[in-house]
Amino acid sequence: MATTQTTNEEVPAVKLPARRRKLALFRLGEEIPRSIYLTIAILSFLIPIGLWCYFTYSGQSNALIIPTPTDMFKAGFQEYQNGSLLPDIEISVTRITEGFLLSALLAIPIGILMGAYKTFEAAHEPFVGFVRYVPVPALIPLVMVTAGIGEPAKILLIWLGTYFQMVLVVADVTRQVPKDLLNAARTLGANRTQLLFNVLLPATLPGLMDTCRTMIGWAWTYLVIAEVVATSSGLGYSIMKAQRFSRSDEIFVGIVILGLLGLGTDMFFKIVQPRLLPWAEAQRN
Amino acid sequence: MISQFQGVSAIATERSQPMSEPLLKIDQLYKEYPTKKGPLTVLERTSFNVDASELVSIVGPSGCGKSTLLHIVGGLTVPTSGSVYLGGKEVTDAGRDRGMVFQAYTLFPWLTVRQNVQFGPKQRGVKKAEREELAERFLDAVGLNGFRDHYPKQLSGGMRQRVAIARALANSPQMLLMDEPFGALDAQTRTVMQELLLDIRKKERTTTLFITHDIDEAVFLSDRIFVMTARPGRLKAEISVPFGADRTVDIRKSSEYFEIRTNVYDLLHDEGKSVVEAEIAAGKK
Repeated sequence: MATTQTTNEEVPAVKLPARRRKLALFRLGEEIPRSIYLTIAILSFLIPIGLWCYFTYSGQSNALIIPTPTDMFKAGFQEYQNGSLLPDIEISVTRITEGFLLSALLAIPIGILMGAYKTFEAAHEPFVGFVRYVPVPALIPLVMVTAGIGEPAKILLIWLGTYFQMVLVVADVTRQVPKDLLNAARTLGANRTQLLFNVLLPATLPGLMDTCRTMIGWAWTYLVIAEVVATSSGLGYSIMKAQRFSRSDEIFVGIVILGLLGLGTDMFFKIVQPRLLPWAEAQRN
Repeated sequence: MISQFQGVSAIATERSQPMSEPLLKIDQLYKEYPTKKGPLTVLERTSFNVDASELVSIVGPSGCGKSTLLHIVGGLTVPTSGSVYLGGKEVTDAGRDRGMVFQAYTLFPWLTVRQNVQFGPKQRGVKKAEREELAERFLDAVGLNGFRDHYPKQLSGGMRQRVAIARALANSPQMLLMDEPFGALDAQTRTVMQELLLDIRKKERTTTLFITHDIDEAVFLSDRIFVMTARPGRLKAEISVPFGADRTVDIRKSSEYFEIRTNVYDLLHDEGKSVVEAEIAAGKK
C-alpha cells in the first residue's frame, strides 16, 4: 500500500480568484458586519427625528400638539434653570431605586427557594399567579387607602408591579440550572448547604442579571403610573402638569428624559454584566 | 519477598481473604418508574461485582437502563429494590467515594479549570496548599496545566471532559463512574480521550464502572464487558477482555481484539434491532 506524501513544493499554488461574497442582511440568525449594525441603529433614531423636524419646522403640524425640537430644548433648558428638572429626575430615580431594590431583595431569595424546593413553590407560586394577573392600576385605590399618597405609596406600587413578575422569573431561572451540574457537585461530596450556596446560587447569577435588567424596565412603567396618579414631584408628575397647561414642549422633555434614563440603565447592565460575570456564556442581546 | 515462616504466610493469606472481596457489589438491583399505564420496568434484577482496580463496562442499546444503573450506583437515583455495596458498606446517597463523570459537560462555569478540580477537596475543607498540589498533579495527568486559569467556556468539549476526569480523580474516590463520558465528542477526540484514560488508569489503577454504547471503546478499555438487553434491561452476557491493564493502542490491530469486538457486536445487534422494532410497534398502536 503506497501512501503518497505531498509537500508544498510538489503542489503548485493555484491562485483562486477572490470570490466576492454578497452582503447578506437577511439571513436567519446570521451576524452582520458591526459597522452596518451601528449604521442601522443610528438610522433608527435619525429617521424619526428627521420626520419630526420636517413636519414641525415646515409648519405642517399643529405647533400646539407637537413642538419643534428647538422648542423642546428651550423648554428643557428653562425647566433646568428654574430648578424643577433636576429635582424631578432625582426623586424619580430615587423612587425607582428603592422600589426596585425592595422587589429584588425579596424576589431573588424567595424565587430561588421556589425554584429549588417544591415545598416553597407550592407555598407561594399559586398565590403569585393570582396576584400577577391583577393589573397594577386596579390596585391604586387600595394602595391609596392603605399607604396614603406619600412616598411609601409610590414605592409600594412599584413593588406590586415588579415583585410578583420577578419572583416567578427567578424561580424559572433557578429551575433551569442543569440537573447534571448539581449531580456532579453531589458526587464530589457537596452537602445540602454547599449545594445551595456553592452551586445553585452562582449558577443562577447570569439569569438573575438578565431578570434585573428586564424588571427595571417594568419598574419605570409603574413609577410613571404612580407619579401620574397622585404626586407633586417626579418626571411623571411633570408630564401631567405640562398637559394641564397644554405645554406640549414640556411633555416632550419629560418623555425624552424618561427614554434616556431607561436607555442609560440598559447600557449600564450591558457594560457591567460581562465585567461582573466574565465566565458567563455570551448572550445575544 | 517470600516469607520464611509457614505460620506467618498462613496468617497473611487469611488476612488477605477479605481484601479479595469485590470492591463494588451490586445485589439484585431493580428499578421501575410509575407511569399512567402502570409501572414501567427499566432495570430487571441485576447483580454483578467489580473488583478493585478493574474497569468494567456496560454496553447496551439506548434506553436499556444502563445509565439508570450507574446513577443508582452513584447514589443519584434510588432503586425500587436491591442494594449496592461499596467496600462492604451499603450505598444510600451520592458521596465522594464514587467520583462521577457525565456525558453532559458539568464543569462549574463560574470556576476556573484549577478551581473546578479543587471543588471536591475544598468542600471538605482541605487546606489551600494541598488543594493546589492536587490540582496541579491531576491537571498534569490530563495534560491541561497550561489551561488552569481558563474558564470552561474557553475550552473545547474534549478539554472539558479532561478537566471533569481530573476533577473526579482529585477528590480521591474509591472508584470512578463514567456515564458515556466521551459520547458527545467527535471520533478523533474520542480516540485520544480513550488513550488518555488508559494512560491514567495505568498510573492510578482506579476501579472504574464505565457506561457506553461504543463497542470499540468498551473492548479497548475494559477488563470485562457486560452486554445488556433492550428494555427492561438485564445482563445478557459477560465477556472477559484479557489484554490486562498495561495494554497499548496496538491491541486495536490484534485478531483477538477483532474477535471480541465481533462477539460483542453480535450480542448487541439483536438488541438494537428489538429496540427499533418495539418503538415501531408502539408507534402503530
